[in-house]
Amino acid sequence: MSGPNLLEVTDLVKHFPIKSGVLIDREVDQVRAVDGISFSVERGKTLGLVGESGSGKSTACRAILNLTKPTSGSVKFEGQEIAGLSRRQMRPLRREMQMIFQDPYASLNPRKRIGQIVGDPLKRQGVASGSELRRRVEELLDRVGLATEHYDRYPHEFSGGQRQRIGIARALALQPKLVIADEPVSALDVSIQAQIINLLDDLQDEFGLTYVFVAHDIGVVRHISDRIAVMHDGKIVEEGTADQVCEHPRDDYTKKLLTAVPIPDPREAQARRAAPA
Amino acid sequence: MSAAPLLSVRDLSVSFATEGGRLPAVERVSFDLSPGEVLAIVGESGAGKSVTAQTIIGLTRSPNARIEGRVELRGTDLVAAGEGELRTVRGERIGMVFQDPMTSFNPVHRIGSQIVEAIRAHRSIGKQEARGLAVEMLDSVGIAEAARRVDDYPHEFSGGMRQRAMIAMALALEPEVLIADEPTTALDVTVQAQILGLLERLNRERGLATILITHDLGVVAEIADRVLVMYGGRVVEQGTLEQIFYDPQHPYTWGLLGSLTRLDRPRPERLPQIAGAPPSLLALPEGCSFRPRCPHEFAPCTELPPLQARLTGEPGHCDRCWLTPEAKREKRQVAGQIGLEAPSP
Repeated sequence: MSGPNLLEVTDLVKHFPIKSGVLIDREVDQVRAVDGISFSVERGKTLGLVGESGSGKSTACRAILNLTKPTSGSVKFEGQEIAGLSRRQMRPLRREMQMIFQDPYASLNPRKRIGQIVGDPLKRQGVASGSELRRRVEELLDRVGLATEHYDRYPHEFSGGQRQRIGIARALALQPKLVIADEPVSALDVSIQAQIINLLDDLQDEFGLTYVFVAHDIGVVRHISDRIAVMHDGKIVEEGTADQVCEHPRDDYTKKLLTAVPIPDPREAQARRAAPA
Repeated sequence: MSAAPLLSVRDLSVSFATEGGRLPAVERVSFDLSPGEVLAIVGESGAGKSVTAQTIIGLTRSPNARIEGRVELRGTDLVAAGEGELRTVRGERIGMVFQDPMTSFNPVHRIGSQIVEAIRAHRSIGKQEARGLAVEMLDSVGIAEAARRVDDYPHEFSGGMRQRAMIAMALALEPEVLIADEPTTALDVTVQAQILGLLERLNRERGLATILITHDLGVVAEIADRVLVMYGGRVVEQGTLEQIFYDPQHPYTWGLLGSLTRLDRPRPERLPQIAGAPPSLLALPEGCSFRPRCPHEFAPCTELPPLQARLTGEPGHCDRCWLTPEAKREKRQVAGQIGLEAPSP
């Protein structure tokens, strides 16, 4: 229908104005949060977007999903231009693209039961209701490794890892094609991180999902991604296959990022410290 | 290694009265710290790392807390010490750096005046002299133009600079021990590398003894001399850096080492994971606390294994696991590397 790429981002720009003035706001400068990025993601593949805080990766996610209006540029989803669409126009497309957030403590409504949280998207989009809704939610909970008994519990009764599973179940409820995960494991304990990464891997295989996986941890990004784009100061400084970027980085910033990651091996860490920078 | 340790923790237990019953946060933890040594305490949330560190400087004291055991700083027991004595110890003899440098500084006061206040709470010196010391400290932790930046507010510093300033404040009174609780967790990797380099330099130049609390074994490998692995409030393994990384004895340590994503190795098809979740301290399983997540559980595990040296000739390498050293050597090999094998379905 539209080639192998599910998502094509071209020259995407998001600038935030810096205003000053007493009575009349004057725009004095701009924060160039996303400053002309381009990439595409093939169906069923994962693009890792890696960068440090302030690099613009989260703003890029929001601009791609049209949660914040891009300043300029193009975002094509299945060949259809979505940058600049109104909320109404976006609504049918929302089913196709979902987001998983970093903080499993802040992204779930504490007053709602798990069944409601996961079932809400299905209800809102008019996909299911009543006993059919409950059946589908229970199926989702089971699929992400939670028990059906959890249906009537509240978020505070769950650990960080379990909450992230709830967030994943909610994101998958509408059977989206694209999932954008913004730092989905960085708030979790190491042993739980591996569980969530493996779960995301399995779900991708099972449902043919396409991921944009955003993280500052290049080790985690390398594990899950087919291709990696490195962001720095609002721009993509390097893009390539995961192994190319991690093993043969070309850009200086990518190299700096890679050498800063601690090696969990004392002898190798010591050898690297001893080697001249 | 010198005969008398600088800091000696013996059978330290901390429990809190909660609505759900008595919560044993730390159970009989013992370790020694020598001058210039970096001891890493690793484990997941709820393992008791932070409570251990906070109890050393008396920050967990409350009507709900029961604290047992001894914490001796050059022979003085800090568990039995009075509040006044503890106040002197905190800052002057033991400095502390926390995870989040944004919330550790008061946002409405200048960085410099907060350091000056901390110094003058302990030393009877004038404001100007204390200010000079603050500038000197900021400079020594690598803050450029320290004489000017000393008058900045916390929000004018980046995350890495705030953490450097925290370290400067913790070290202003030249303590013998630094407790660093997840000091780099909130920072970007490039900044983390700088802070670790700074801590390493301070250790070498000042002979500062450091207790580093972290969940990141990469950070441990870069900087620690010895490692304490905690799980469910107990130490499950302790040893030198080399022993823990190259000859780990406890299945939980294997799991931690195995689940890391490593840039220096080809990526595995599937990331080895530890099944399940850390236990609730209010409902610890009988026997070994790691038992419900361990694929190697066998009959003796319903009884808690003592923390003891199980390898001949390595008295400092202790663990809590009933498996024989031979069985461990075999069972920890997963796909040619150290790891925890997947539980049988």
